[in-house]
Amino acid sequence: MLLYLVRRVLYAIPIALAVGLVCFMLVQIAPGDPINAIVPADAPQEVVEQVRRDYGLDKPLPIQFGLWISRVVQGDLGRSLATGRPVTADLVSAIGNTLMLALVAAGIGFVMGSILGTIAAVFRGSLLDKAAVGFAAAGVSIPHYWLGMVLVVLFSVTLNWLPAMGAGPGGSGSWAWDWEHVKFLILPAVTLSVIPMGIITRTVRGVVMELLNQDFVTTLRGKGLRRGGIALHVVKNAAPSVLAVMGLQLGYLMGGSILVETVFSWPGTGFLLNSAIFQRDLPVLQGTILVLAIFFVVLNLAVDLIQTALDPRIRRA
Amino acid sequence: MSTTIASPPAAIAVPQPAPSRSRGYWQGVARRLSRDPVTLFFGAILLLMALAILFAPLLAPHDPYQTSMIRRLRPIWFQDGRYPLGTDELGRDMLTRLLHGGRLSWFLGITPVLIAFAIGGTLGVIAGFAGGWVNMMIMRTTDVFYAFPSVLLAVAISGALGPGISNAMLSLTLVFIPQIIRVAESTTTSVRNLDYVESARASGAGALTIVRVHVLPNVLGPIFVYATSLISVSMILASGLSFLGLGTKPPEPEWGLMLNTLRTAIYTQPFIAMLPGLCIFATSMCFNMVSDGLRSAMDVRA
Amino acid sequence: MTEPLVHVRNLNVRFVSRDATVHAVNGVSFDLAERESLCILGESGSGKSVTLRALMALNPPRRTQLSGTVRVGGHDIIAASERKMADIRGSTVSMIFQEPMTALDPVFTIGRQIAETVMRHEGLSRGAADARALELLELVQIPSAKRRLAAYPHELSGGLRQRAMIAIALSCRPRLLLADEPTTALDATVQIQILLLLRRLQEEMGMGVIFVTHDLGVAGEIADRVAVMYAGKFIEEGPVRGLMRSPLHPYAQGLLGATVHSGLRGERLTTIPGAPPNLERVPQGCAFAPRCAHVEEACLPRVPEFRSPTPGHAARCVRVPQAA
Repeated sequence: MLLYLVRRVLYAIPIALAVGLVCFMLVQIAPGDPINAIVPADAPQEVVEQVRRDYGLDKPLPIQFGLWISRVVQGDLGRSLATGRPVTADLVSAIGNTLMLALVAAGIGFVMGSILGTIAAVFRGSLLDKAAVGFAAAGVSIPHYWLGMVLVVLFSVTLNWLPAMGAGPGGSGSWAWDWEHVKFLILPAVTLSVIPMGIITRTVRGVVMELLNQDFVTTLRGKGLRRGGIALHVVKNAAPSVLAVMGLQLGYLMGGSILVETVFSWPGTGFLLNSAIFQRDLPVLQGTILVLAIFFVVLNLAVDLIQTALDPRIRRA
Repeated sequence: MSTTIASPPAAIAVPQPAPSRSRGYWQGVARRLSRDPVTLFFGAILLLMALAILFAPLLAPHDPYQTSMIRRLRPIWFQDGRYPLGTDELGRDMLTRLLHGGRLSWFLGITPVLIAFAIGGTLGVIAGFAGGWVNMMIMRTTDVFYAFPSVLLAVAISGALGPGISNAMLSLTLVFIPQIIRVAESTTTSVRNLDYVESARASGAGALTIVRVHVLPNVLGPIFVYATSLISVSMILASGLSFLGLGTKPPEPEWGLMLNTLRTAIYTQPFIAMLPGLCIFATSMCFNMVSDGLRSAMDVRA
Repeated sequence: MTEPLVHVRNLNVRFVSRDATVHAVNGVSFDLAERESLCILGESGSGKSVTLRALMALNPPRRTQLSGTVRVGGHDIIAASERKMADIRGSTVSMIFQEPMTALDPVFTIGRQIAETVMRHEGLSRGAADARALELLELVQIPSAKRRLAAYPHELSGGLRQRAMIAIALSCRPRLLLADEPTTALDATVQIQILLLLRRLQEEMGMGVIFVTHDLGVAGEIADRVAVMYAGKFIEEGPVRGLMRSPLHPYAQGLLGATVHSGLRGERLTTIPGAPPNLERVPQGCAFAPRCAHVEEACLPRVPEFRSPTPGHAARCVRVPQAA
């Protein structure tokens, strides 16, 4: 087990490096001189040349990459072109907000999806099953940035129950778990939750349906176990694959909340990305994407390890 | 993002190749499809939409670019049906804009998948059939792209390249290629290990012959079905990029961009402001359902 | 007169789906005494497994229609609620399945799978149930039983898995043990060990046993009586020795002829031409008639009744003489 753990962690390192390379290349593929990604366009020529030498941008690409990685590892993601502040500083609060939004959305989506999927599988072919499947299909087909707008029209504009945008009084700095703040979280979280709900419904339905057809379920009935006893077996069998999908979904929510955050002006990474794109603030773009992607790599690693721990059939050599 | 359907988890299975894809097999697929009212229904809607946007110039009652400061944001059925779906924030006829906008939205949604199908399918079949270090090279590169959530990757590439239709399409293509490679590789590997392919190899058939006669007919179907499931994702992502200002530029009609520019109108004409999104939703839903129907019709075990 | 352990009269099992109705079992009747062992022989699809599962109402609930009388240990199986059935299963009657790999839950340890049955029916504590599980593993002769309690099914060999399956089935001392091709999935040498174990356990625990198999060797090894099944009906029934030595029904004769048999060395192996009938419709006459070499007019209008030339041995064939 320990050996597997070490091997799996070691395997994640080259992936993380490659992810870094892709992020590094983002600035290279951007039109124009990469130096423009570091200094504002209106900087004097001497400053530009000075920075070019300081950052090693006059050296060959592989060396530049090495220099960049060593700065990143020390937590230096450069400075924002728009504000002049370090990218890391802006990212820290944004990541917290995005993580909060993603976790709440994932919570809603996973619980609802598990319930719907189980109902659909147990009553397969029934009207309930068809409704759940249709709901799941809608959940994965809906452009959620549009769903967000529909919810705003319904609950903010028409009913005036919930606020349409922002993260509450005092901005992102003074979050608290009271109604004054939580009411800002509801619409974006619900909007974001429809996709994991759809995916988890489909996954749970598929997994449970397959499990209920397995011979061992007949054995369990043959032993006289009641529904609750059989359910315990089904849950333990389904857990590894369902948890794996859930882990990926959480990652997708983190990386994919840009559109929903834009709709609701939620002060997270997506909002940061959106303004970076709008202002062509490449250091912020690069840094945000790097951090989110690394988070996803780590999440994948965690999912793998949990899956291995849960499933005795996977060899832990 | 619905990108998530893109990476197939164990439970949402990609159709596995059947040992033989004879004429009878495809007849069976057609028969199963013809007995599937849900798929036929969504397929019919899709066909209607395709025809509507194809003949948009003939069907549309107005000029999609003709603005008017006095006619801005007028309600549904404005002027006794002269503007059946009202007007947008610049006074342009909504129905006309939606019909024309569909052309770009569909084009942006479908083209990246087609290109990715061609490139990713080829690379995946090569990886699966060649095995060894070729497989290793292709699949490890794929792993790197899998380390990004797809929306993030699309936004990253598009954001770095800057706005524009071709940049948006390039980024979407790059997002889908690794996903198609994975499916193509795993299907090809499983076909390659089937007994009859082994026996063809043992009887001395050349690699090209085996690929052409035995591998391609068996893997193209599943890869294609998987690709159709990506169209739904691609439509949402493409419109999403436009929504962020990374796709088309105004005044070009495109559903995602229209949704964005109409955002300010949700307080005055909420229903009209929702229409472009409804179009994206409908298209994406139809593609999804048709792809699902196609998959279960092609699944021999079902 | 006391009631037999198993009492089945005119059992019919139909599977209903949207496309078709399959008449899997059509009017099966038999009794089984305490401590008796019966073997049901037949090809795949003859309805033998379905009959066995009907004895504990274990066929897929939503698609299955049962009719007739089935009484096991005094319980009316067809009328019993699913709740009542859950109490009967595992305690009064239990089953061993063909494929021990798929019939055991892959993510629970062997010990846990035995213990939960005991806990369910006898209300033992976890500790007491674990102790019982250990005893049971020793009873079915699993070497280093203590270590095996913590093993998962995939960590055991096929033979050990089937022993574990038997341990689960016997955990609450059932009066009736049903075995659905218990040795088919195993290696030949392991098959014999499992059969010997089952026979010994049956004698020690005094259970009634019903076996389903298509393997005549298994039947001869363990059964008191044999029933041959074809197209959802018993077509011949008799004591094991008499039936194996002189089968009455042409199908049973063909079945015995198609099997390599140690007593028949040097004789030609025969095969039965044709294939079993489609059970989407119940055949009107003798279901075997289309494949039978001796078919005559009388076979076709209706299903032949059982005829018994010697006591205890009977077959549904018009050519069999009826003893006075």
